[in-house]
Amino acid sequence: MASYIVRRLIFIVPVALLVSFIVFMLIHLVPGDPAAVLLGEDATPQNIAALRKELGLDQPLLTQYVLWLGQAIHGNFGRSIQLQQPVFEAILQRAPVTIELGIASLLFSIVIAIPLGVVSATRANGRLDTTVNVTSLLGTAIPGFVLGLGLIVVFAVFIRLFPPGGYVPFSEDPAANLRDLILPMITLGTGAVAVNLRQVRASMIEILSQDYIRTAWAKGLHKPRVYYIHALRNALLPLLTIVGLQVGAILGGAVIVETIFQWPGLGALAVSSLLSKDYPVIQATVLLSALSYMFVNLLVDVGYGLLDPRISYGKGR
Amino acid sequence: MARDAETRTPRSGDSLLPFDASLAPAGAAGGALALPMDQEFAPRERFSLGDLLRDRRWFCGVILLLIFLAAVLAPLVAPYSPTEYHPAIVAQAPTRAHLLGTDELGRDILSRIIYGARVSLAVGIAAILLGGVVGIFLGTIAGYARGWVDQVVTIIVDAILSFPSIILALAIAAVLGRGVTNLVVALAFVRIPIYARLARGQALQVRSLDYITAAHASGTRTWRILLRHVLPNIFSPLLVQGTLSVSFAILDESVVSFLGVGGVEPPDPEWGGMITAAQSYIFSDPWMLVGPAVAIIITVLCLNLVGDALRDRLDPRTARAAASRGV
Repeated sequence: MASYIVRRLIFIVPVALLVSFIVFMLIHLVPGDPAAVLLGEDATPQNIAALRKELGLDQPLLTQYVLWLGQAIHGNFGRSIQLQQPVFEAILQRAPVTIELGIASLLFSIVIAIPLGVVSATRANGRLDTTVNVTSLLGTAIPGFVLGLGLIVVFAVFIRLFPPGGYVPFSEDPAANLRDLILPMITLGTGAVAVNLRQVRASMIEILSQDYIRTAWAKGLHKPRVYYIHALRNALLPLLTIVGLQVGAILGGAVIVETIFQWPGLGALAVSSLLSKDYPVIQATVLLSALSYMFVNLLVDVGYGLLDPRISYGKGR
Repeated sequence: MARDAETRTPRSGDSLLPFDASLAPAGAAGGALALPMDQEFAPRERFSLGDLLRDRRWFCGVILLLIFLAAVLAPLVAPYSPTEYHPAIVAQAPTRAHLLGTDELGRDILSRIIYGARVSLAVGIAAILLGGVVGIFLGTIAGYARGWVDQVVTIIVDAILSFPSIILALAIAAVLGRGVTNLVVALAFVRIPIYARLARGQALQVRSLDYITAAHASGTRTWRILLRHVLPNIFSPLLVQGTLSVSFAILDESVVSFLGVGGVEPPDPEWGGMITAAQSYIFSDPWMLVGPAVAIIITVLCLNLVGDALRDRLDPRTARAAASRGV
């Protein structure tokens, strides 16, 4: 197990380096002088010349990359053009909002998907199963922004149950914070519900046909015990991997949801930086989203081994 | 929401057949659902008319064909010009003259949806073709050559996969600037890994087969083996993935346009962009959203169902095994 973690960590290094190189290269894809691009439209020629020197733009590309990476490792991504503050500071201010939204959405998707998945697996092809399947299929086909706007129309315009947008920090007003959270959480979580549901249903169907479940029935155990204690435990393991992958989707979805519901999180920051060509912020948000996604999936892989004793991380994979 | 669904690990019993289940007798749906993993299947199986009629998901194929035809024949099909302003009929609710209403500039929404289909379909298909070709190239070479080539490709693929795909696509689209070609490049780039992985897994399987060894022994050049013997054998799972991926590319494309980060130049119609415009009128004229939203949902849903149907039909075992192995 320990050697597996070490191997994973060793392998993650070249991948992380390449990830950072791709992010670094983003700025070189922009037509024009990177220094001028970084400083925005109001830059003076003196400023541009100074930054060119600071970034070492006269150096070879690889040297520039090493310089940039050295700064990035220390959390120095430069200054934001639109916000006029250090990029890292701007990110730290907004991270809690996105973390709250992300965790709430993942929990929402899991809490909805598990019982529905179990029920539709135990009554495969019944009426409920069909309804669940059609709904989950729709869930994967509706883009987040369409769902979000639809929810606003229904629950904020027609029935005035929830606000159409806005964010109050939990520390200021917990009730208002939770009320603001409902629609964004549903918007962001629904796509994940559909996927998790399919996963739980599929693994439950597979597991319910196994011998140890037949033994459980033969012992005369009651349905809830067989379904939720014996079968579900093993069905949840594959879900863990899927949820790990969903962290990436959640980060991507936050971009849309925070824009629609006017949440001041990292997603909204990413969009405003994309629209205003605030490249230091773009680089930082893209890099951090990739690194956190990598980190979560490393945790998931390691956790998988801890949770499932049948899995060994021997040399043969 | 795209990546997780795309790289989901399907298992037996994953073939959700909602339409069969609801419309066909219970026995028929049950049979399809219980499609066993180890079922014997003939890779060279051809579609027959009977299969077509039995699997109701092919109805979605017909809808897709209609959308495609409408897009191609837009000037003939669309009732009005998609870009001409009509100040007298601004933001009209649906009427008999304008079935889906008019937008904030008095343009017919139905006509804009029909023209918008051109962009969505063209960008979606082009992105998958480009990303697919690059990914298949990388994956096939990696799986066939093994060794350091394989390792390098694996690192490249893992690095691209480390990004939440829509964020990377948005960043590339923003950096490259507006325009359909740039959008295609951005969306294609984030699709490379899925094809590379799939192709690599398939190539690994195929390379150890006897006839490849025989081809080697008879002195056939490597590129010829790859092109003539390896690629045709990994075609079916790639086709399945391609169909499913077009829907994800269309979803991503609509997000990029919705956020205004890239895509077509206004006033040209595009579904995501139409929804952005409708967003400003969400309190006064929420019906403006309906047309473009339904267009996206139906297209994506039909692509998903046709992709699922193709997977069940063409290649239940290899497509699943390769996708779930996550190599």
